[in-house]
Amino acid sequence: MTRQKRSHHKLKRAVAPYLYLSPSLLIIGLLMLLPMVTVIAYSFQNSAVLRRDPSFAGLKHYQAIFDDPVFWASLWHTLYFTCMSVIFHMTIGMAFALMLNSDRINPTLRNILRVLYILPWLFTAVIIAVIWRLLLEPNGVVNSILMQIGIIGSKVEWFSSPQTALHAVTFANIWAGYPLFMVSLLAGLQGIPKDFYEAADIDGAKAYQKLIFITIPQLMPIIISISLLDFIWTMQVFPLIWITTGGGPIYSTEVLSTYTYKLAFSSYNLSQASASAVVILLISLGLTLFYIRYQKAR
Amino acid sequence: MMFRIKPAMLKIAAAAWLLGATGAMADTTLEFTQWWEPELPAGSLRAIMDDFEAANPGVKVTLVSGPYATTRDQISVGAATGTLSDVVGLDGAWVNNLNAQNALADMNPMMDASGFDKSQVADIIKVDGKAVMFPVASFVYPVFVNLDLAAQAGVTKLPSTRAEFLEAAKKMTKADKNQYGWVLPLSLQTPSGVQNDMMSWVWASGQSMMANGKPDLEGKPVVDMLTFVKSLNDAGTISPGIATKTEQEKVEEFVNDRVGMMIDSLAHVNLIRKRNPKLNFDLIPVPVVENYTGKRGLPYASWGIGISAASKHQEEAWKLVQYLMSEKVNAKLVSLANAFPGNVNAKPDFVTSDKAFGKAFEIFKTGYLANEFTGLPVAEDLMTQFDVQAQKMLAGEQSPEQAAAAAQKGWMAKF
Repeated sequence: MTRQKRSHHKLKRAVAPYLYLSPSLLIIGLLMLLPMVTVIAYSFQNSAVLRRDPSFAGLKHYQAIFDDPVFWASLWHTLYFTCMSVIFHMTIGMAFALMLNSDRINPTLRNILRVLYILPWLFTAVIIAVIWRLLLEPNGVVNSILMQIGIIGSKVEWFSSPQTALHAVTFANIWAGYPLFMVSLLAGLQGIPKDFYEAADIDGAKAYQKLIFITIPQLMPIIISISLLDFIWTMQVFPLIWITTGGGPIYSTEVLSTYTYKLAFSSYNLSQASASAVVILLISLGLTLFYIRYQKAR
Repeated sequence: MMFRIKPAMLKIAAAAWLLGATGAMADTTLEFTQWWEPELPAGSLRAIMDDFEAANPGVKVTLVSGPYATTRDQISVGAATGTLSDVVGLDGAWVNNLNAQNALADMNPMMDASGFDKSQVADIIKVDGKAVMFPVASFVYPVFVNLDLAAQAGVTKLPSTRAEFLEAAKKMTKADKNQYGWVLPLSLQTPSGVQNDMMSWVWASGQSMMANGKPDLEGKPVVDMLTFVKSLNDAGTISPGIATKTEQEKVEEFVNDRVGMMIDSLAHVNLIRKRNPKLNFDLIPVPVVENYTGKRGLPYASWGIGISAASKHQEEAWKLVQYLMSEKVNAKLVSLANAFPGNVNAKPDFVTSDKAFGKAFEIFKTGYLANEFTGLPVAEDLMTQFDVQAQKMLAGEQSPEQAAAAAQKGWMAKF
């Protein structure tokens, strides 16, 4: 009887944590795992969603998207868009954070700049897309200013020309995303002990040496974490590109998200769209694992 | 006394409950999914449904309304899962896919059984011989001309042929003043510009982009149209930003005196007047090829209606379709929508009260409705493919013949 009671108690203790976790596990399962597994299943079916009795397709849909030159163009555009965005987010964010952290700037001006610099973060992707469409349209303000100061001789169709469209959407995304870096790095800068800089001053270090040997190493954990997160988020950007260019002109701004959307809602090929979504999932998963490993190592 | 009444009342209540539970006393409730309600004056579609319910006791209609794109996705999923509403609002571009899923009922037997007069409807959309859709309301696409810009440019006679259109567009173009003769929206976000602003030139001259039920994009009509559009572009008469321009931006440019001519939906007349009450404009049919004297095809978009193949209330659903297609009700509905009727005998009230609509109604009556994308498989995808090739042509990467050949290859893969 005593042994029975003891084993019952043991079982209760073993099960209790899972019972406490069960509501969260249920929510994660329903909202995250189920849709993910469903999309993976669709990618192996013929006429997924559109037929009640879809047949097994094997890797056919993966083969189809890998054979499509537009998919590879989309992948390249996604990488260009993401890498450039992350690099410039970091560079601009760092420059503005250093400026806002500097004692050489008047505190009132610093507060005004702080508000101004953070503004792009307050707009939704749709508003950002509309703003930049208006600014960069052939008869827009940007062309007008550039023509007046003699940088360009004729109107440039920033979003409508295959030569400039990808750079234009990347620029709009850079403008929209740097405040995340700026705010995070500013918080990091304010956490660096003043003693380090005082010691460097005594050693006669110059400003750039303090930046390279104190500031950047101290901020490195933040830079890596935010860069990885930004990479994952930027890779999945959809509304900004969809509203500004729709993936065009021709396929010059087609990225994986717009490519997948068109497969699903223009071609109604939900099986191939699922295969494309799984590819995005795998890339994101790889980056996420990298991020988790980095966080664990710290 | 009370003692005797009580069991009787209880028995009646129990019987009513039983009948209700088994459905014997229940009303038939039809579900009607469409995107029309948000686009009509508030409460007006509901009022029409209330009239239908009053005329058909025992039948109730539940409206499931949403924006166009949401409705499209909802209907696609409903067709796949067998949960499509009894009556559905349809766009001609969807019917092929829905028919392939066996989601739409054939209305031929219903028409025969009820003695429906087929001659009263403007069109019956058939796929594989099945009557799957009636256009309830049609939004035609004539050419809007800014009369002030035309007069300033010395265009005294509004264009009737393509050559006249090109000349007029050249005269109206003053690039240094940001003023252009024509506007062409080819955004890939909404590739409907291919249908409304490009293929409309083909249909206007009584020509076709199809041959024997298959795409014929390499045929003379489409290649000529592409050559004509290229000549407009080469002459610098098209407002810049073609590849990302949307229909909405096209209308904005016209409203703001930045383009002289545009092909657009008649549904935008009131919007244009609201945005610029001083704008002096007229409507003309889409110009035709030289020496063409036949009837002109008039591009259109429509609010179509069909019945779900999975509906358990097809008899009642057919009553609703008939009701909306009847002369008086159809006239009332299209008057509210500023559209042209699906019933040929219906005359919307705006054609007598408004000069522009009256003129468009004349164009409508002397021509015929033409939209070859109706009933084609993955119509939007076909437009996207054609759009990409047209963009390449306008960017100088290929000739009209090469654009037509590349689009033909892409389209054939979808057939």
